Amino acid sequence: MAKIERLRDRSGAEVSPQPRQPVVEIAGLNLVFETADAPVTALSNVDLTVSHGDFVSLIGPSGCGKTTLLRVIADLQRASSGTIKVNGGSPEAARLNRAYGYVFQAAALYPWRTVLRNVTLPLEIMGMPRQERMERAARVLELVELSGFEGKFPWQLSGGMQQRVSIARALSFDPDLLLMDEPFGALDEIIRDRLNEQLLQLWKRTGKTVIFVTHSIPEAVFLSSRIVVMSPRPGRIVDIVESSLPRDRNFEIREATAFADIAHRVRLGLRHGHGSADE
Amino acid sequence: MAAPMNSAWERLRHGHTLPILTILAALAIVWYLGAIWLNSQRVIDGYEADDELKNKWTTGDLIRDTLSMERPVLPAPDQVVVELDHSVLEVAPTSNRSLLYHAWVTLSAALVGFALGSLLGIALAIAIVHVATLERALLPWVIASQTIPILAIAPMIIVVLGSIGLVGLLPKAFISAYLCFFPVTIGMVKGLTSPEPLQLDLIRTYSASRGQIFRKLRWPASFPFLFPSLKIAVALAVVGAIVGELPTGAAAGLGARLLAGSYYGQTVQIWSALVLASLLAALSVGAVGWVERLTLRHTGGEG
Repeated sequence: MAKIERLRDRSGAEVSPQPRQPVVEIAGLNLVFETADAPVTALSNVDLTVSHGDFVSLIGPSGCGKTTLLRVIADLQRASSGTIKVNGGSPEAARLNRAYGYVFQAAALYPWRTVLRNVTLPLEIMGMPRQERMERAARVLELVELSGFEGKFPWQLSGGMQQRVSIARALSFDPDLLLMDEPFGALDEIIRDRLNEQLLQLWKRTGKTVIFVTHSIPEAVFLSSRIVVMSPRPGRIVDIVESSLPRDRNFEIREATAFADIAHRVRLGLRHGHGSADE
Repeated sequence: MAAPMNSAWERLRHGHTLPILTILAALAIVWYLGAIWLNSQRVIDGYEADDELKNKWTTGDLIRDTLSMERPVLPAPDQVVVELDHSVLEVAPTSNRSLLYHAWVTLSAALVGFALGSLLGIALAIAIVHVATLERALLPWVIASQTIPILAIAPMIIVVLGSIGLVGLLPKAFISAYLCFFPVTIGMVKGLTSPEPLQLDLIRTYSASRGQIFRKLRWPASFPFLFPSLKIAVALAVVGAIVGELPTGAAAGLGARLLAGSYYGQTVQIWSALVLASLLAALSVGAVGWVERLTLRHTGGEG
């Protein structure tokens, strides 16, 4: 029960920034894929520290290794060299401890399960009693405004609703770290804006650490406390932009000068890193 | 008044009934023509041998007589229907003159074989999917097993099992199982490996055990592959049971009826046993299809 309360307790109050514990520490990380003809360097000499409560966006053109980096943090991919720590231990230990919730580019719902049972899937695997599973599912579905859709199957939902179910599923076991791989990439602009705002609310309220992959500059600037700009071939970090925007922000902030300045610097970083304009 | 007529016509046009009835009618016509053609030579020979009838018979006589021979080369559909009616409805189902009795003898062996074969097929698929070396070690043998003609190996299975005291239902069930484990293994290997990388990554992030990955992902993901395999398997199981009844000259079962019919030239009996055998297979496939629809309705199938 203690874990359930946490979501509620944190709501309302602004999270204090003092602990600032490092959640992810990466130093000199390289990842080389051995392919049939020649080895491909996906990540080259990546240094990055993500602290507790950060909202870090990884932005860059396709093929710059941002998804790969997220997968290394999630222990879905192994680095070739360098060090990486998640919560002070190995990524594998973090995965075995269910330290993070991962939201994929596609919703990845299991089509034979209802919305409710998709959300409770991680809870079933963790061996939570039925009563608690139901309570948690009801709460996270309410959070993503999908109450009343419990009995529907994924094919009966729109793409945006499916992605919201997948976010509810990631939140259901209340992980402190959220890894999100272009979760809104396939959605239209209107729904995307709305989900961005909801995500920001959630981050503000719960103080979770979020690592968010995107290739949209406005999305990155609007959401992030830090923006990591990456470039391809080989994937490396070209700039890390600290956001001067307040944590408590809404859509009007898009008109602010500071917003434009940050967006400009991110765009410069992308252009500098890339050299061409194919993105 | 036009609307309901229209909708009935629409339903007939778009449903399955009309196409099926059309094909059935076409088959019946071809069958009748075939019966007249195949039986005519013997009827004409009969006419020629008879001085009274010689040169006096008409085409009408010929058609009537070719369709009502006692031992025709190809019996007419109505003769088969009359025989079926006689041997199914007019005789007590417990009597060995009842075709239902023989059908049950065959069906029970087929169903036991189907159950054994399906379980074996599923077990093999689970082993192949989970142990990488088994895919290389076992799969070639699974495929090789089906290259042996079942007609050649069936008598040996019957004889070998008979020598250790196994007679009756079980040897036939083993032949059925031998035929029907194969599509189940192949279908289930495909089904158990059907989850997308994304679905596997997802459950990996929950640090699920192998058992959990199997129960929560691989097994339910295999259902769309399992049922088509089971439909093929159940039809093969009926074939297997009939083949199992042929070599020993079994006293009961549809295979025994086929054999007895061919010994005594009772073509009408052969054909009615054949028709019942295919009805049996069709009903079994239909039953599996019914279970499939029931299962898929509970697991989010669109149909």
